[in-house]
Amino acid sequence: MASALINVPAKAKRGEIIEIKTLMSHIMETGYRRTATGELIPRNIITSFSCRYNGAEIFRADLFPAIAANPFITFFTVATESGKFDFDWIGDNGFAESASALITVE
Amino acid sequence: MRDSLNEKAAMREPDTSTRREFFSQFLGLAGGTAALGAVSVLTLRPAEATPAMLATAIRNVTGAAVVKTGKVRLDIPPLVENGNTVPMTVSVTSPMTPDDYVKSIHVFNEKNPQPNIGNFYLGPRAGRGQISTRIRLADSQKIVAIAQLSDGSFWQTSVDVIVTLAACTDEVI
Amino acid sequence: MKSIPAIIGAALLVTAGIVAPLLATEIPQGARRSGYSFTAPETQAIQNDDTANPGMLSVLDGASLWKDKAGALSKACADCHHDAGVSMRGVAARYPAFDQALGRPVNLEQRINLCRVRNQQATPLAYESHELLALTAFVAEQSRGVAIETGADPQLEPFITKGRDLFMHRQGQLNLGCTNCHDDNWDKHLAGSAITQGQPTGYPLYRLEWQSLGSLERRLRSCMAGVRAQPYDYGAPELVELELYLMSRARGMPIETPAVRP
Ligand code: HEC
Ligand code: HEC
Repeated sequence: MASALINVPAKAKRGEIIEIKTLMSHIMETGYRRTATGELIPRNIITSFSCRYNGAEIFRADLFPAIAANPFITFFTVATESGKFDFDWIGDNGFAESASALITVE
Repeated sequence: MRDSLNEKAAMREPDTSTRREFFSQFLGLAGGTAALGAVSVLTLRPAEATPAMLATAIRNVTGAAVVKTGKVRLDIPPLVENGNTVPMTVSVTSPMTPDDYVKSIHVFNEKNPQPNIGNFYLGPRAGRGQISTRIRLADSQKIVAIAQLSDGSFWQTSVDVIVTLAACTDEVI
Repeated sequence: MKSIPAIIGAALLVTAGIVAPLLATEIPQGARRSGYSFTAPETQAIQNDDTANPGMLSVLDGASLWKDKAGALSKACADCHHDAGVSMRGVAARYPAFDQALGRPVNLEQRINLCRVRNQQATPLAYESHELLALTAFVAEQSRGVAIETGADPQLEPFITKGRDLFMHRQGQLNLGCTNCHDDNWDKHLAGSAITQGQPTGYPLYRLEWQSLGSLERRLRSCMAGVRAQPYDYGAPELVELELYLMSRARGMPIETPAVRP
Protein backbone atom coordinates (compact mmCIF):
# COMPACT_ATOMS: atom_id res chain seq x y z
CA MET A 1 0.00 0.00 0.00
CA ALA A 2 1.86 3.08 -1.17
CA SER A 3 0.16 6.40 -0.88
CA ALA A 4 1.36 9.89 -1.54
CA LEU A 5 0.27 13.32 -0.41
CA ILE A 6 0.87 16.19 -2.80
CA ASN A 7 0.25 19.83 -2.05
CA VAL A 8 0.14 22.06 -5.12
CA PRO A 9 -2.03 25.18 -5.20
CA ALA A 10 -5.03 24.56 -7.46
CA LYS A 11 -4.79 28.11 -8.82
CA ALA A 12 -1.95 30.57 -9.27
CA LYS A 13 -1.20 33.84 -11.08
CA ARG A 14 1.13 33.68 -14.06
CA GLY A 15 4.68 34.25 -12.86
CA GLU A 16 3.86 33.51 -9.23
CA ILE A 17 6.39 31.39 -7.30
CA ILE A 18 4.53 28.42 -5.82
CA GLU A 19 5.64 25.87 -3.25
CA ILE A 20 5.15 22.17 -3.96
CA LYS A 21 5.12 19.70 -1.05
CA THR A 22 5.29 15.95 -1.46
CA LEU A 23 5.05 13.09 1.04
CA MET A 24 5.44 9.44 -0.06
CA SER A 25 4.91 6.43 2.17
CA HIS A 26 8.08 4.35 2.27
CA ILE A 27 10.02 2.62 5.04
CA MET A 28 13.43 3.88 3.80
CA GLU A 29 15.20 0.85 5.26
CA THR A 30 18.81 1.96 5.54
CA GLY A 31 20.61 -1.33 5.00
CA TYR A 32 22.53 -0.77 8.24
CA ARG A 33 20.02 -2.29 10.66
CA ARG A 34 19.99 -5.81 12.00
CA THR A 35 17.23 -8.18 13.06
CA ALA A 36 16.98 -9.64 16.54
CA THR A 37 19.03 -12.60 15.29
CA GLY A 38 21.80 -10.41 13.92
CA GLU A 39 21.08 -10.55 10.22
CA LEU A 40 21.52 -7.39 8.23
CA ILE A 41 18.21 -6.09 6.86
CA PRO A 42 18.76 -5.35 3.17
CA ARG A 43 18.58 -1.77 2.00
CA ASN A 44 15.18 -0.72 0.66
CA ILE A 45 15.00 2.97 -0.12
CA ILE A 46 13.65 5.40 -2.67
CA THR A 47 16.68 6.47 -4.70
CA SER A 48 15.18 9.06 -6.99
CA PHE A 49 12.35 11.58 -7.09
CA SER A 50 11.42 13.87 -9.93
CA CYS A 51 8.76 16.37 -10.94
CA ARG A 52 7.69 17.35 -14.46
CA TYR A 53 5.57 20.38 -15.30
CA ASN A 54 3.66 19.78 -18.54
CA GLY A 55 6.26 17.21 -19.51
CA ALA A 56 9.41 19.20 -18.75
CA GLU A 57 11.50 18.19 -15.74
CA ILE A 58 11.65 21.03 -13.22
CA PHE A 59 13.05 19.21 -10.18
CA ARG A 60 14.92 16.02 -9.39
CA ALA A 61 16.51 14.53 -6.28
CA ASP A 62 18.83 11.62 -5.46
CA LEU A 63 17.94 10.16 -2.07
CA PHE A 64 20.22 8.24 0.30
CA PRO A 65 19.50 6.14 3.43
CA ALA A 66 19.81 9.30 5.56
CA ILE A 67 16.48 10.56 4.21
CA ALA A 68 13.82 9.92 6.90
CA ALA A 69 11.11 7.29 6.47
CA ASN A 70 8.16 8.52 4.40
CA PRO A 71 10.21 11.01 2.39
CA PHE A 72 8.96 14.58 2.58
CA ILE A 73 10.36 16.93 -0.07
CA THR A 74 9.36 20.49 -0.81
CA PHE A 75 10.57 22.83 -3.54
CA PHE A 76 9.43 25.79 -5.61
CA THR A 77 8.54 26.57 -9.20
CA VAL A 78 7.26 29.50 -11.23
CA ALA A 79 3.65 29.04 -12.35
CA THR A 80 3.92 29.56 -16.12
CA GLU A 81 0.86 27.89 -17.61
CA SER A 82 -2.14 25.76 -16.70
CA GLY A 83 -1.54 22.03 -16.82
CA LYS A 84 -0.23 19.09 -14.94
CA PHE A 85 2.56 18.18 -12.53
CA ASP A 86 3.80 14.59 -12.70
CA PHE A 87 5.71 13.15 -9.77
CA ASP A 88 7.77 9.97 -9.90
CA TRP A 89 9.45 8.03 -7.13
CA ILE A 90 11.85 5.22 -8.02
CA GLY A 91 13.63 2.91 -5.61
CA ASP A 92 15.09 -0.44 -4.64
CA ASN A 93 13.29 -3.72 -5.40
CA GLY A 94 11.53 -2.22 -8.39
CA PHE A 95 9.71 0.45 -6.40
CA ALA A 96 8.04 2.85 -8.84
CA GLU A 97 5.15 5.12 -7.90
CA SER A 98 3.72 8.18 -9.52
CA ALA A 99 1.19 10.86 -8.76
CA SER A 100 -0.01 13.99 -10.46
CA ALA A 101 -1.68 17.29 -9.68
CA LEU A 102 -3.43 19.91 -11.79
CA ILE A 103 -2.96 23.65 -11.71
CA THR A 104 -4.87 26.51 -13.29
CA VAL A 105 -2.74 29.54 -14.10
CA GLU A 106 -4.48 32.83 -14.77
CA MET B 1 15.08 3.11 14.30
CA ARG B 2 15.89 1.40 17.59
CA ASP B 3 12.24 0.93 18.30
CA SER B 4 10.47 -0.03 15.14
CA LEU B 5 12.84 -2.87 14.59
CA ASN B 6 12.87 -3.87 18.15
CA GLU B 7 9.14 -3.74 18.53
CA LYS B 8 8.62 -5.98 15.59
CA ALA B 9 10.71 -8.44 17.46
CA ALA B 10 8.74 -7.55 20.55
CA MET B 11 5.55 -8.93 19.13
CA ARG B 12 7.21 -12.30 19.03
CA GLU B 13 9.49 -11.95 22.00
CA PRO B 14 8.36 -9.74 24.84
CA ASP B 15 11.63 -10.23 26.69
CA THR B 16 13.74 -8.55 24.07
CA SER B 17 11.33 -5.68 23.96
CA THR B 18 11.43 -5.16 27.69
CA ARG B 19 15.17 -4.91 27.72
CA ARG B 20 15.54 -2.74 24.67
CA GLU B 21 12.72 -0.38 25.46
CA PHE B 22 14.19 0.12 28.84
CA PHE B 23 17.46 1.25 27.36
CA SER B 24 15.97 3.43 24.74
CA GLN B 25 13.54 5.18 27.00
CA PHE B 26 14.29 5.16 30.62
CA LEU B 27 18.00 4.64 30.92
CA GLY B 28 18.26 8.01 32.57
CA LEU B 29 16.39 6.69 35.56
CA ALA B 30 18.35 3.57 36.19
CA GLY B 31 21.86 4.48 37.23
CA GLY B 32 22.07 1.30 39.31
CA THR B 33 24.40 -1.58 38.71
CA ALA B 34 21.66 -3.78 37.32
CA ALA B 35 21.38 -1.47 34.37
CA LEU B 36 25.07 -0.85 33.98
CA GLY B 37 25.78 -4.53 33.54
CA ALA B 38 23.99 -4.58 30.22
CA VAL B 39 24.89 -1.19 28.85
CA SER B 40 27.49 -2.70 26.54
CA VAL B 41 24.66 -3.41 24.13
CA LEU B 42 24.27 0.30 23.66
CA THR B 43 27.92 1.08 23.18
CA LEU B 44 28.02 -0.72 19.84
CA ARG B 45 28.22 2.24 17.53
CA PRO B 46 27.30 2.18 13.87
CA ALA B 47 30.16 2.42 11.43
CA GLU B 48 30.63 6.14 11.00
CA ALA B 49 31.45 8.04 7.88
CA THR B 50 34.95 9.39 8.44
CA PRO B 51 36.11 12.93 7.65
CA ALA B 52 37.99 11.37 4.72
CA MET B 53 34.78 9.81 3.38
CA LEU B 54 33.02 13.15 3.76
CA ALA B 55 35.82 14.90 1.88
CA THR B 56 35.66 12.32 -0.91
CA ALA B 57 31.88 12.59 -1.19
CA ILE B 58 32.17 16.36 -1.45
CA ARG B 59 34.94 16.11 -4.06
CA ASN B 60 32.75 13.78 -6.12
CA VAL B 61 30.35 16.70 -6.47
CA THR B 62 32.68 19.68 -6.67
CA GLY B 63 35.66 18.15 -8.46
CA ALA B 64 38.71 20.37 -8.11
CA ALA B 65 36.64 23.57 -7.82
CA VAL B 66 37.15 25.89 -4.87
CA VAL B 67 34.16 25.80 -2.51
CA LYS B 68 33.51 29.24 -1.09
CA THR B 69 31.68 29.93 2.14
CA GLY B 70 28.48 31.97 1.87
CA LYS B 71 25.23 32.34 -0.10
CA VAL B 72 23.93 29.06 1.39
CA ARG B 73 21.77 28.89 4.46
CA LEU B 74 20.96 25.66 6.29
CA ASP B 75 18.04 25.73 8.72
CA ILE B 76 17.95 22.78 11.06
CA PRO B 77 16.95 22.67 14.73
CA PRO B 78 20.13 22.97 16.82
CA LEU B 79 18.74 20.50 19.38
CA VAL B 80 16.92 17.53 17.89
CA GLU B 81 14.24 15.56 19.78
CA ASN B 82 14.63 12.42 17.73
CA GLY B 83 17.30 11.69 15.15
CA ASN B 84 14.90 9.64 13.02
CA THR B 85 13.15 12.66 11.54
CA VAL B 86 14.99 15.95 11.48
CA PRO B 87 13.44 18.72 9.37
CA MET B 88 15.93 20.66 7.29
CA THR B 89 15.73 23.56 4.81
CA VAL B 90 18.51 24.74 2.50
CA SER B 91 18.13 28.13 0.86
CA VAL B 92 20.55 29.78 -1.53
CA THR B 93 20.76 33.48 -2.30
CA SER B 94 20.21 33.81 -6.05
CA PRO B 95 18.13 36.00 -8.38
CA MET B 96 16.91 32.77 -10.09
CA THR B 97 16.91 34.33 -13.56
CA PRO B 98 17.55 32.36 -16.79
CA ASP B 99 21.25 33.17 -16.62
CA ASP B 100 21.87 33.32 -12.90
CA TYR B 101 20.32 30.49 -10.94
CA VAL B 102 20.97 27.59 -8.57
CA LYS B 103 21.76 24.39 -10.45
CA SER B 104 21.93 21.99 -7.55
CA ILE B 105 22.04 21.60 -3.77
CA HIS B 106 23.96 18.78 -2.06
CA VAL B 107 23.69 17.84 1.60
CA PHE B 108 26.27 15.79 3.51
CA ASN B 109 26.87 14.62 7.05
CA GLU B 110 29.86 13.65 9.07
CA LYS B 111 28.81 10.68 11.15
CA ASN B 112 26.05 8.64 9.54
CA PRO B 113 27.41 5.43 8.01
CA GLN B 114 27.30 7.11 4.61
CA PRO B 115 28.25 10.76 4.02
CA ASN B 116 25.57 11.62 1.41
CA ILE B 117 22.11 12.74 2.47
CA GLY B 118 20.64 14.02 -0.78
CA ASN B 119 21.29 15.79 -4.09
CA PHE B 120 18.64 18.20 -5.36
CA TYR B 121 18.65 19.49 -8.93
CA LEU B 122 16.87 22.77 -9.56
CA GLY B 123 16.94 25.12 -12.51
CA PRO B 124 16.00 28.62 -13.62
CA ARG B 125 12.30 27.72 -13.46
CA ALA B 126 12.42 27.03 -9.71
CA GLY B 127 11.87 30.70 -8.89
CA ARG B 128 13.48 30.20 -5.49
CA GLY B 129 16.70 28.36 -4.63
CA GLN B 130 15.25 26.50 -1.69
CA ILE B 131 14.41 22.90 -0.76
CA SER B 132 13.22 21.17 2.41
CA THR B 133 13.26 17.55 3.48
CA ARG B 134 13.58 15.43 6.62
CA ILE B 135 16.73 13.54 7.45
CA ARG B 136 18.14 10.95 9.86
CA LEU B 137 21.04 11.71 12.16
CA ALA B 138 22.82 8.87 13.92
CA ASP B 139 24.54 11.22 16.33
CA SER B 140 25.29 14.83 17.15
CA GLN B 141 27.33 16.04 14.22
CA LYS B 142 28.09 18.56 11.52
CA ILE B 143 25.87 18.90 8.44
CA VAL B 144 27.29 20.45 5.27
CA ALA B 145 25.22 21.97 2.45
CA ILE B 146 26.82 22.89 -0.87
CA ALA B 147 25.17 24.68 -3.80
CA GLN B 148 26.33 24.87 -7.39
CA LEU B 149 25.30 28.02 -9.25
CA SER B 150 24.77 28.35 -12.98
CA ASP B 151 28.21 29.99 -13.40
CA GLY B 152 29.76 26.76 -12.08
CA SER B 153 30.79 28.19 -8.69
CA PHE B 154 30.28 26.22 -5.46
CA TRP B 155 29.15 27.70 -2.15
CA GLN B 156 28.79 26.06 1.22
CA THR B 157 27.71 26.31 4.82
CA SER B 158 27.78 23.91 7.75
CA VAL B 159 25.80 23.57 10.97
CA ASP B 160 26.34 21.57 14.15
CA VAL B 161 23.36 19.60 15.42
CA ILE B 162 22.89 18.04 18.84
CA VAL B 163 20.80 14.87 18.82
CA THR B 164 19.27 13.78 22.13
CA LEU B 165 17.83 10.51 20.81
CA ALA B 166 19.85 9.27 17.88
CA ALA B 167 18.75 7.31 14.89
CA CYS B 168 20.76 4.18 15.56
CA THR B 169 21.67 2.48 12.37
CA ASP B 170 23.47 -0.63 13.41
CA GLU B 171 22.23 -2.05 16.66
CA VAL B 172 22.56 -5.61 17.66
CA ILE B 173 19.65 -6.59 19.87
CA MET C 1 21.12 9.26 25.62
CA LYS C 2 24.49 10.22 26.95
CA SER C 3 23.76 13.86 26.22
CA ILE C 4 23.78 16.51 28.89
CA PRO C 5 19.99 16.94 28.97
CA ALA C 6 19.65 13.21 29.67
CA ILE C 7 21.86 13.43 32.68
CA ILE C 8 20.12 16.53 33.95
CA GLY C 9 16.81 14.76 33.37
CA ALA C 10 17.81 11.85 35.52
CA ALA C 11 19.10 14.11 38.22
CA LEU C 12 15.90 16.13 38.20
CA LEU C 13 13.82 13.03 38.64
CA VAL C 14 15.83 11.96 41.61
CA THR C 15 15.68 15.35 43.26
CA ALA C 16 11.99 15.57 42.47
CA GLY C 17 11.57 12.46 44.55
CA ILE C 18 10.12 10.41 41.74
CA VAL C 19 11.48 7.33 43.40
CA ALA C 20 9.33 7.71 46.47
CA PRO C 21 6.33 10.03 46.39
CA LEU C 22 3.58 8.64 48.58
CA LEU C 23 0.36 10.17 47.36
CA ALA C 24 -0.43 10.74 43.72
CA THR C 25 -2.31 13.88 42.79
CA GLU C 26 -4.65 14.04 39.83
CA ILE C 27 -4.30 16.84 37.31
CA PRO C 28 -7.13 19.38 37.58
CA GLN C 29 -9.23 19.89 34.43
CA GLY C 30 -7.87 23.37 33.76
CA ALA C 31 -4.25 22.17 33.87
CA ARG C 32 -4.66 19.35 31.34
CA ARG C 33 -2.23 19.61 28.46
CA SER C 34 -1.80 17.50 25.38
CA GLY C 35 1.57 15.92 24.65
CA TYR C 36 1.61 18.27 21.65
CA SER C 37 2.36 21.25 23.88
CA PHE C 38 5.49 19.57 25.25
CA THR C 39 7.08 18.73 21.90
CA ALA C 40 9.55 20.86 19.96
CA PRO C 41 8.18 23.43 17.48
CA GLU C 42 9.55 21.32 14.58
CA THR C 43 7.56 18.30 15.74
CA GLN C 44 4.45 20.44 16.20
CA ALA C 45 4.94 21.76 12.67
CA ILE C 46 4.75 18.20 11.29
CA GLN C 47 1.41 17.69 13.05
CA ASN C 48 0.10 21.10 11.97
CA ASP C 49 0.53 20.50 8.24
CA ASP C 50 -1.42 17.57 6.81
CA THR C 51 0.93 17.27 3.82
CA ALA C 52 3.89 17.02 6.18
CA ASN C 53 2.26 14.56 8.61
CA PRO C 54 3.07 10.93 7.71
CA GLY C 55 0.10 9.87 9.85
CA MET C 56 -2.09 11.28 7.10
CA LEU C 57 -0.75 8.63 4.72
CA SER C 58 -2.37 6.00 6.94
CA VAL C 59 -5.58 8.02 7.09
CA LEU C 60 -5.58 7.96 3.28
CA ASP C 61 -5.06 4.20 3.29
CA GLY C 62 -7.90 3.89 5.81
CA ALA C 63 -10.18 5.90 3.53
CA SER C 64 -9.61 3.44 0.72
CA LEU C 65 -10.01 0.39 3.02
CA TRP C 66 -13.32 1.92 4.17
CA LYS C 67 -14.63 1.34 0.64
CA ASP C 68 -13.16 -2.16 0.14
CA LYS C 69 -15.56 -5.08 0.25
CA ALA C 70 -14.43 -7.76 2.71
CA GLY C 71 -15.52 -11.04 4.30
CA ALA C 72 -18.10 -13.67 3.44
CA LEU C 73 -20.79 -10.99 3.15
CA SER C 74 -18.64 -8.98 0.72
CA LYS C 75 -19.62 -5.75 2.40
CA ALA C 76 -17.57 -2.59 2.78
CA CYS C 77 -17.65 -0.39 5.87
CA ALA C 78 -19.08 2.27 3.56
CA ASP C 79 -22.02 0.01 2.57
CA CYS C 80 -23.41 0.30 6.08
CA HIS C 81 -21.84 3.46 7.50
CA HIS C 82 -21.80 5.50 4.27
CA ASP C 83 -20.03 8.86 4.67
CA ALA C 84 -17.58 8.46 7.54
CA GLY C 85 -17.50 12.25 7.93
CA VAL C 86 -21.08 11.98 9.17
CA SER C 87 -21.40 8.50 10.68
CA MET C 88 -18.02 8.41 12.45
CA ARG C 89 -17.85 12.04 13.60
CA GLY C 90 -17.43 12.01 17.38
CA VAL C 91 -17.20 8.22 17.67
CA ALA C 92 -13.51 8.09 18.67
CA ALA C 93 -14.22 10.70 21.35
CA ARG C 94 -16.50 8.15 23.11
CA TYR C 95 -14.15 5.17 23.06
CA PRO C 96 -13.41 2.77 24.74
CA ALA C 97 -17.17 2.11 24.95
CA PHE C 98 -19.27 -0.60 26.57
CA ASP C 99 -20.19 -3.53 24.34
CA GLN C 100 -23.44 -5.12 25.48
CA ALA C 101 -22.78 -8.55 23.96
CA LEU C 102 -19.34 -8.84 25.55
CA GLY C 103 -20.36 -7.13 28.78
CA ARG C 104 -17.13 -5.10 28.87
CA PRO C 105 -15.50 -2.06 27.30
CA VAL C 106 -13.86 -2.32 23.88
CA ASN C 107 -11.43 0.13 22.33
CA LEU C 108 -11.81 1.54 18.83
CA GLU C 109 -9.57 -1.10 17.23
CA GLN C 110 -11.62 -3.85 18.87
CA ARG C 111 -14.87 -2.18 17.83
CA ILE C 112 -13.70 -2.13 14.22
CA ASN C 113 -12.75 -5.80 14.45
CA LEU C 114 -16.18 -6.58 15.94
CA CYS C 115 -17.69 -5.06 12.81
CA ARG C 116 -15.42 -7.19 10.68
CA VAL C 117 -16.49 -10.33 12.50
CA ARG C 118 -20.17 -9.56 13.15
CA ASN C 119 -21.09 -7.46 10.15
CA GLN C 120 -18.69 -8.49 7.40
CA GLN C 121 -18.05 -12.09 8.47
CA ALA C 122 -14.35 -11.42 7.97
CA THR C 123 -11.39 -12.35 10.13
CA PRO C 124 -10.30 -9.74 12.68
CA LEU C 125 -7.25 -7.67 11.68
CA ALA C 126 -4.09 -8.16 13.74
CA TYR C 127 -3.21 -5.53 16.35
CA GLU C 128 -0.72 -2.99 14.95
CA SER C 129 -1.24 -4.30 11.43
CA HIS C 130 -1.11 -1.57 8.83
CA GLU C 131 -4.77 -2.18 7.91
CA LEU C 132 -6.14 -1.97 11.46
CA LEU C 133 -4.09 1.14 12.25
CA ALA C 134 -5.14 2.75 8.98
CA LEU C 135 -8.86 2.08 9.53
CA THR C 136 -8.62 3.23 13.15
CA ALA C 137 -6.76 6.39 12.16
CA PHE C 138 -9.31 7.09 9.44
CA VAL C 139 -12.25 6.62 11.84
CA ALA C 140 -10.58 8.64 14.62
CA GLU C 141 -9.56 11.45 12.28
CA GLN C 142 -13.27 12.11 11.68
CA SER C 143 -13.37 13.26 15.32
CA ARG C 144 -10.50 15.73 15.07
CA GLY C 145 -11.28 18.66 17.32
CA VAL C 146 -14.18 16.87 19.04
CA ALA C 147 -13.99 17.01 22.85
CA ILE C 148 -13.41 13.64 24.52
CA GLU C 149 -16.43 12.39 26.46
CA THR C 150 -15.44 8.79 27.14
CA GLY C 151 -16.90 7.34 30.31
CA ALA C 152 -20.31 9.00 30.32
CA ASP C 153 -21.99 5.56 30.16
CA PRO C 154 -22.60 4.43 33.79
CA GLN C 155 -21.94 0.79 32.82
CA LEU C 156 -18.29 1.78 32.40
CA GLU C 157 -17.82 2.95 35.97
CA PRO C 158 -16.36 -0.23 37.49
CA PHE C 159 -13.94 -0.52 34.56
CA ILE C 160 -12.78 3.07 34.92
CA THR C 161 -12.11 2.37 38.58
CA LYS C 162 -10.04 -0.66 37.63
CA GLY C 163 -8.11 1.38 35.09
CA ARG C 164 -7.48 4.08 37.65
CA ASP C 165 -6.18 1.49 40.13
CA LEU C 166 -3.82 0.15 37.47
CA PHE C 167 -2.65 3.70 36.75
CA MET C 168 -1.83 4.27 40.43
CA HIS C 169 -0.30 0.85 41.03
CA ARG C 170 3.50 0.59 41.22
CA GLN C 171 5.01 -2.04 38.99
CA GLY C 172 8.16 -3.34 37.36
CA GLN C 173 11.73 -3.46 38.58
CA LEU C 174 11.71 0.35 38.83
CA ASN C 175 8.62 0.08 41.02
CA LEU C 176 6.84 3.04 39.46
CA GLY C 177 3.19 3.63 38.74
CA CYS C 178 1.97 5.55 35.72
CA THR C 179 0.86 8.26 38.13
CA ASN C 180 4.40 8.79 39.45
CA CYS C 181 5.49 10.03 36.07
CA HIS C 182 2.36 11.38 34.44
CA ASP C 183 0.57 13.01 37.42
CA ASP C 184 3.47 13.88 39.69
CA ASN C 185 6.30 14.70 37.30
CA TRP C 186 4.81 15.85 34.03
CA ASP C 187 6.78 19.06 34.08
CA LYS C 188 10.09 17.16 34.28
CA HIS C 189 12.36 15.51 31.74
CA LEU C 190 13.55 11.94 31.39
CA ALA C 191 16.53 11.00 29.21
CA GLY C 192 16.13 14.21 27.23
CA SER C 193 12.41 13.90 26.57
CA ALA C 194 9.55 15.61 28.35
CA ILE C 195 7.53 13.26 30.54
CA THR C 196 4.18 14.98 29.79
CA GLN C 197 0.81 14.14 31.33
CA GLY C 198 0.42 10.95 29.29
CA GLN C 199 -2.72 12.19 27.53
CA PRO C 200 -4.28 9.80 24.97
CA THR C 201 -5.64 12.49 22.67
CA GLY C 202 -3.76 11.75 19.46
CA TYR C 203 -3.95 8.01 18.77
CA PRO C 204 -3.22 6.23 16.57
CA LEU C 205 -0.29 8.60 16.15
CA TYR C 206 2.96 8.90 14.22
CA ARG C 207 5.90 8.57 16.53
CA LEU C 208 9.26 9.67 15.16
CA GLU C 209 10.87 6.98 17.27
CA TRP C 210 8.71 4.30 15.62
CA GLN C 211 8.91 5.87 12.16
CA SER C 212 5.36 4.67 11.76
CA LEU C 213 1.86 4.93 13.12
CA GLY C 214 1.15 3.12 16.38
CA SER C 215 -1.76 2.58 18.74
CA LEU C 216 -2.27 3.83 22.29
CA GLU C 217 -1.76 0.23 23.44
CA ARG C 218 1.66 0.17 21.80
CA ARG C 219 2.56 3.37 23.64
CA LEU C 220 1.35 1.96 26.97
CA ARG C 221 3.31 -1.24 26.42
CA SER C 222 6.43 0.88 25.85
CA CYS C 223 5.86 2.65 29.17
CA MET C 224 5.39 -0.66 30.96
CA ALA C 225 8.55 -2.08 29.41
CA GLY C 226 10.24 1.17 30.42
CA VAL C 227 9.72 0.46 34.11
CA ARG C 228 10.76 -3.12 33.39
CA ALA C 229 7.32 -4.59 33.94
CA GLN C 230 5.94 -7.32 31.70
CA PRO C 231 3.58 -5.46 29.32
CA TYR C 232 0.01 -6.73 29.01
CA ASP C 233 -0.81 -8.38 25.69
CA TYR C 234 -2.53 -6.33 23.00
CA GLY C 235 -6.27 -6.35 23.66
CA ALA C 236 -5.88 -7.54 27.28
CA PRO C 237 -8.73 -6.28 29.49
CA GLU C 238 -6.19 -4.45 31.69
CA LEU C 239 -4.85 -2.43 28.74
CA VAL C 240 -8.37 -1.49 27.66
CA GLU C 241 -9.16 -0.45 31.25
CA LEU C 242 -6.05 1.72 31.30
CA GLU C 243 -7.08 3.27 27.98
CA LEU C 244 -10.55 3.84 29.37
CA TYR C 245 -9.19 5.57 32.47
CA LEU C 246 -6.80 7.68 30.37
CA MET C 247 -9.62 8.75 28.04
CA SER C 248 -11.97 9.58 30.92
CA ARG C 249 -9.08 11.48 32.58
CA ALA C 250 -8.79 13.47 29.31
CA ARG C 251 -12.47 14.42 29.15
CA GLY C 252 -12.96 17.76 27.43
CA MET C 253 -9.67 17.63 25.51
CA PRO C 254 -9.94 17.60 21.70
CA ILE C 255 -9.05 14.52 19.62
CA GLU C 256 -5.89 15.18 17.55
CA THR C 257 -5.58 11.99 15.49
CA PRO C 258 -3.21 11.50 13.75
CA ALA C 259 -0.91 13.34 16.14
CA VAL C 260 2.89 13.41 15.92
CA ARG C 261 5.17 12.71 18.87
CA PRO C 262 8.93 12.29 19.25
C1 HEC D 1 -23.27 -4.91 7.57
C2 HEC D 1 -23.18 -3.56 8.06
C3 HEC D 1 -21.84 -3.10 8.67
C4 HEC D 1 -20.61 -3.16 8.10
C5 HEC D 1 -20.19 -3.76 6.78
C6 HEC D 1 -19.72 -2.50 9.03
N1 HEC D 1 -20.42 -2.06 10.12
FE1 HEC D 1 -19.68 -0.98 11.64
N2 HEC D 1 -21.48 -1.08 12.60
C7 HEC D 1 -22.62 -1.66 12.08
C8 HEC D 1 -23.67 -1.58 13.07
C9 HEC D 1 -25.08 -2.12 12.90
C10 HEC D 1 -23.10 -0.93 14.18
C11 HEC D 1 -23.75 -0.58 15.53
C12 HEC D 1 -24.36 -1.74 16.21
C13 HEC D 1 -23.39 -2.75 16.72
O1 HEC D 1 -22.95 -2.62 17.86
O2 HEC D 1 -23.05 -3.72 15.98
C14 HEC D 1 -21.72 -0.63 13.85
C15 HEC D 1 -20.86 0.06 14.68
C16 HEC D 1 -19.59 0.51 14.30
C17 HEC D 1 -18.75 1.37 15.09
C18 HEC D 1 -19.10 1.95 16.45
C19 HEC D 1 -19.94 3.15 16.28
C20 HEC D 1 -20.35 3.77 17.60
O3 HEC D 1 -21.08 4.77 17.52
O4 HEC D 1 -19.96 3.30 18.67
C21 HEC D 1 -17.60 1.58 14.37
C22 HEC D 1 -16.42 2.43 14.80
C23 HEC D 1 -17.74 0.82 13.15
N3 HEC D 1 -18.95 0.21 13.15
C24 HEC D 1 -16.75 0.78 12.19
C25 HEC D 1 -16.85 -0.06 11.07
C26 HEC D 1 -15.77 -0.27 10.16
C27 HEC D 1 -14.39 0.42 10.23
C28 HEC D 1 -16.19 -1.16 9.23
C29 HEC D 1 -15.41 -1.77 8.08
C30 HEC D 1 -14.20 -2.49 8.47
C31 HEC D 1 -17.58 -1.49 9.56
N4 HEC D 1 -17.92 -0.82 10.69
C32 HEC D 1 -18.36 -2.32 8.82
C33 HEC D 1 -22.75 -2.19 10.82
C34 HEC D 1 -21.72 -2.43 9.94
C1 HEC E 1 9.30 6.45 34.32
C2 HEC E 1 8.28 7.39 33.94
C3 HEC E 1 7.05 6.80 33.23
C4 HEC E 1 6.17 5.85 33.72
C5 HEC E 1 6.20 5.13 35.04
C6 HEC E 1 5.15 5.73 32.71
N1 HEC E 1 5.41 6.55 31.66
FE1 HEC E 1 4.17 6.96 30.12
N2 HEC E 1 5.59 8.11 29.28
C7 HEC E 1 6.81 8.41 29.82
C8 HEC E 1 7.60 9.16 28.86
C9 HEC E 1 9.01 9.69 29.07
C10 HEC E 1 6.79 9.29 27.71
C11 HEC E 1 7.16 9.96 26.38
C12 HEC E 1 6.91 11.36 26.45
C13 HEC E 1 5.46 11.61 26.66
O1 HEC E 1 4.70 11.68 25.70
O2 HEC E 1 5.06 11.69 27.84
C14 HEC E 1 5.51 8.65 28.03
C15 HEC E 1 4.41 8.65 27.18
C16 HEC E 1 3.16 8.20 27.54
C17 HEC E 1 1.95 8.42 26.77
C18 HEC E 1 1.86 9.16 25.44
C19 HEC E 1 1.43 10.59 25.56
C20 HEC E 1 1.24 11.24 24.22
O3 HEC E 1 1.23 12.48 24.17
O4 HEC E 1 1.07 10.56 23.23
C21 HEC E 1 0.93 7.82 27.45
C22 HEC E 1 -0.53 7.77 27.04
C23 HEC E 1 1.51 7.21 28.63
N3 HEC E 1 2.86 7.48 28.66
C24 HEC E 1 0.81 6.47 29.56
C25 HEC E 1 1.43 5.76 30.59
C26 HEC E 1 0.76 4.74 31.38
C27 HEC E 1 -0.68 4.31 31.25
C28 HEC E 1 1.69 4.27 32.26
C29 HEC E 1 1.54 3.16 33.28
C30 HEC E 1 1.30 1.85 32.72
C31 HEC E 1 2.91 5.02 32.06
N4 HEC E 1 2.72 5.87 31.01
C32 HEC E 1 4.07 4.90 32.83
C33 HEC E 1 7.22 8.11 31.10
C34 HEC E 1 6.58 7.21 31.93
